[in-house]
This record gives sequence, structure tokens and C-alpha cells, in this order.
Amino acid sequence: MSHLIIAPVLLPAIIAALILLLPRLQRLLSVIGTAGLAAVSVQLLVTTSHRAPETYLLGNWPAPFGIVLQLDRLAALMLVLTAGLACAVLWHVVATRLDNRTRHFHALFQFQLMGLSGAYLTGDLFNLFVFFEVLLIASYGLMVHGGGAARLQAGLRYVAVNLAGSSLFLVALALIYAVTGTLNMADLAVKVADLPPGDQALIRTAAVLLMLVFALKGALVPLHLWLPGTYAQAPAAVAALFAVLTKVGAYAVLRTTTLIFPTDTPATGTLLMDILLPAALITLLLGALGALGAAGLPRVLAFAAIASMGTLFTAIAQATPQATSAALYYLIHSTLSGAALFLLSDRLQPRTGSAILFFATALAVAGLPPLSGFLGKLMILQASTAQAGLIWPVILIGSFLMLLAFARQGSNLFWTPVPDTDPEHATPLGPPALLLAAMVALTVGAGPVTDWLSVTARSLHGAP
Amino acid sequence: MEMLLASAIGVLTSVGVYLALMRTSFALILGLSLISYAVNLFLFAAGRLAPGFPPIIGGLTPMTDPLPQALVLTAIVISFGMTAVLVMLALGSYLLGGHDGVDEG
Repeated sequence: MSHLIIAPVLLPAIIAALILLLPRLQRLLSVIGTAGLAAVSVQLLVTTSHRAPETYLLGNWPAPFGIVLQLDRLAALMLVLTAGLACAVLWHVVATRLDNRTRHFHALFQFQLMGLSGAYLTGDLFNLFVFFEVLLIASYGLMVHGGGAARLQAGLRYVAVNLAGSSLFLVALALIYAVTGTLNMADLAVKVADLPPGDQALIRTAAVLLMLVFALKGALVPLHLWLPGTYAQAPAAVAALFAVLTKVGAYAVLRTTTLIFPTDTPATGTLLMDILLPAALITLLLGALGALGAAGLPRVLAFAAIASMGTLFTAIAQATPQATSAALYYLIHSTLSGAALFLLSDRLQPRTGSAILFFATALAVAGLPPLSGFLGKLMILQASTAQAGLIWPVILIGSFLMLLAFARQGSNLFWTPVPDTDPEHATPLGPPALLLAAMVALTVGAGPVTDWLSVTARSLHGAP
Repeated sequence: MEMLLASAIGVLTSVGVYLALMRTSFALILGLSLISYAVNLFLFAAGRLAPGFPPIIGGLTPMTDPLPQALVLTAIVISFGMTAVLVMLALGSYLLGGHDGVDEG
């Protein structure tokens, strides 16, 4: 049992506490902490690639009585993705001096990373709730960072929606505990699989409630209404970090539906996927239509994020190893591309450098070759040939609408003459270029990456 | 006992949902607090109702399950903190924006 597993949770927590004690060094500490998190995550990814999933018993209490952390390939992948994104976002924050406005930006940023790492690593449903709350309460602070009436109003709605979601989460947990007597995920997988028929209705209710909560986090229709206002009003760097927040919803759906409620469990069967698929397809179309109709670049990007969640959930709803592998590839791509566009949108000025970056990233988001968006959507299409008549048109039409939306935004932004503005205040191009480089690497290295992802997906689905 | 607890949860939830759907942030906060009370009672009931017994395995008397009580404690702390954040945001948006509404625009 390696103690490194708990480092992604502990490191940001300690750094955040140090930042509160030493506010003068906050920038330095935050950079060190985020870089350290990235290094630890990569190390965990490398070790878990060669070994079976590892369990870490907190306080050495035996599972299922104590609390456990679990490191498998999926958790390690999400950790690396989050830490990498955090590095780019932090670069942008330091370059634009967003952290100058209040003293607590970096502490909140580190608590956000702690909550995210914990949510990926936990092997216990109640701790998933606790880490969700940690990352949410940090995100509330980050979202209203800088203040202003409109931002606070949007923040109020965001907090209220998530409080309602947390209540539903607790109801689901209480139902699961009442029926099975455990909240450990691995233990639940065993107990849910051979539940007496009399208890199955209750566990089905709990499963649907859980999916509702994760769908709220993942902005699935009809629970997407909080997202456009929140993302459009948040500071651009924070919105970029939030690109991974919706993916936590997708991660939680993937984790619970592969481990606790797989489609061959008699209690739930294909019920969850039967709900998820139509919701995902409607999300995709509504997100794309919203991007076409929205006013202003931040709102367009927010709707693009909704559409990408629709695509992602469409792949997850197939519940096959091939589709899950495609979903994971698309998850990496959509996090990077969505964040890159949000970082670009901050004080965007029509100059050559930002135009090239916008063009390349928008092509990737819409799913045109040559970048990873095309490959991701292609894999999802290939994985859904069984329902090609339903899924293919929706994904293709959605991609076309996104292309139109971005073409419109691009021509508005870059072909409208503006008075020459101060280049000092232009958006820094380094962070989005870094994310774009990561997407290029994801495209060039698509072979090894998909091999690694398909092994991950097969182990998630319990297939050899 | 069951009837009392079940109806308490039901009444708290329905009043909470009604208030949370109103257009002012004050009613919204009250509603969400009532919903969190209902959820805490519901969590408590997940360990079965066994009043008056110690949470110790292997004693002479029947036992009560301590885990839901620990869960309720965590949930109370979290919902308390969240409500405080929500109150601060509502105050801020009222003082800056000049109105107590929740809706967009």
C-alpha cells in the first residue's frame, strides 16, 4: 500500500492552509502546489498502468468499515487531466493578475483541486458526497471572485441549484444505506447484485436519484439551465477550470454505472441507460442550438460545453467497453478544448495569434479534422453503430450547428474593425496554446492513447 | 413513531419545495434549509428507528446503528456552511443589485 495515493488530496489541502497563513507568498505556493500535484498525478498514472487497482485504507481500518481511497486507471487519468488543466489555468491567472483582486483566490483554487482529486480517488459513496461539497464550496468562492451585481446574482442561482442537488444526493445515499447497509462502492457492487426482489424497487429509486444528481453536475437536459449563466458570468479563468467540473458528473456516472449498477444487474437492468441516452441526445441538440442562438462569446462557449456533455453522455449511455473508451478520449479532448476557448475569450482582441488559436480550437470543438475532436467523435460514431439510425444524425447535425455557431462568432470577432487597443491588456496566448499543444499531442499519439483507454474501459466493465 | 417521523419529513419537504420555488432569495434560503432538515431526518431513518438503545454491538439490549448518526452530523455541518455562503451571496446581490429576486434579468 503506497502512501502516494492520498497525496493528491493532502497536498492541495496543506498548500491551501499555508496560503492562508502566508498570504504574501500565495502565488509562489500555489504554483508549487499545482506543479507538485501534476507531478504526483503523472507518477500515479505511471504506476497504475502496470499494476492492478490499489486500495488505500485510511487509518488502516479494514474495508468496508473504514473509509477507502481507490486508485485505478480511470482515477489516475482524471487526476492527470485535472492537474494539467490547473497548470494552464494558473498560468493564465498569474499572467492576467486575476488573483490581485482579493487575497483568497489561490487558497480557493487549491481547495477546488483537493475536492476534485478526492472525488476521483474515493471508494466510498458518502465521501464522494463530501468531496463534491468541498469542490462545490470552493467553486462558489471562485465563481463570484471579483464581485459585481450580475456575478453575485448568477452565483446565488448556482449555489441554490447545487444545494438542492446535494439534498437529493443525501436522500439517495440514505436509501442505499437503508437497503444494503453499506456505502463502500466495491461492497455495494456485491450487495446490489444479489438483492432480494422485495428491495429492488428502493434501490432503483436510489439509482435514479443518484443519476439525477450527477446529471445536474454534468448539465444534462433538463438540468442544464444553471450552466450558461454561471459560466458566462464567472471570470474566464474560473470558467476554464469549470470545464472539468461538469466532467466530474460524467466521471461519477461512469463510475457508478460500471461498478454498482451495470446493465446486467437484476435490480436496475438497462433502466439508467434507457433514461440517459435520450437525455444525452436532447442535450447535444439543445446545446448546439443554444450556441447558435446565444449572444456573446462566453454564452456561446457555455452552450458548447453543454453540447459536448451531450456527446459525452451519448457515448457513456452505450455501456460497452468500446463506447466507454471513446467516451474517455472525448472527455480528455472536450475538457482541453473547452478550457482553451474560455481562456482565449478573456479580453480577446482581433490579432493574428489569437485568431489562429481560436480557429484551430473551434475546429476541434466542432469536430472537424485534423484535431482530436474529429477523432473523438469518429470513435463515438463507430462505437454506436448498433443505434446508428438514432445517434449518428444527432451527433452529425449537432457538429454542423456548432460549426455554424463558431463561424458566426469568429467572423463577428475577427472581421469587425475595432479601435486599436492597448496590447498590455490583451489575453495571454501561452495557456491556450499549451492546451492546444496537448490536443495536438492527443491527436498524434491517438494510437497508444486509445490502446491505453481501451484497457481502462475493459477493466471498468469487468471484461477480460 | 413511524407515522410521526414520516409525516414530519413529508411536511418539511413540501413546505421547503414550495418556498424554494418562490421568487425572492429570502424564501429560497428558508426553503432550502427546510429541505435540508427533512433530508437529515430521512438519513436518520435510514438506520431504522430504535429509540433508547445504545450504539454498541454485542450488548444485552438491542442496538441502534451509529453510522447514520455520523452521516447526519456531517450533513448538518455541510448544510450549515452552505446556507451561510448562500446568505452572504443573497445579501451581496441584494446590496449591489438593489433587489431580492432570484430570476435572471
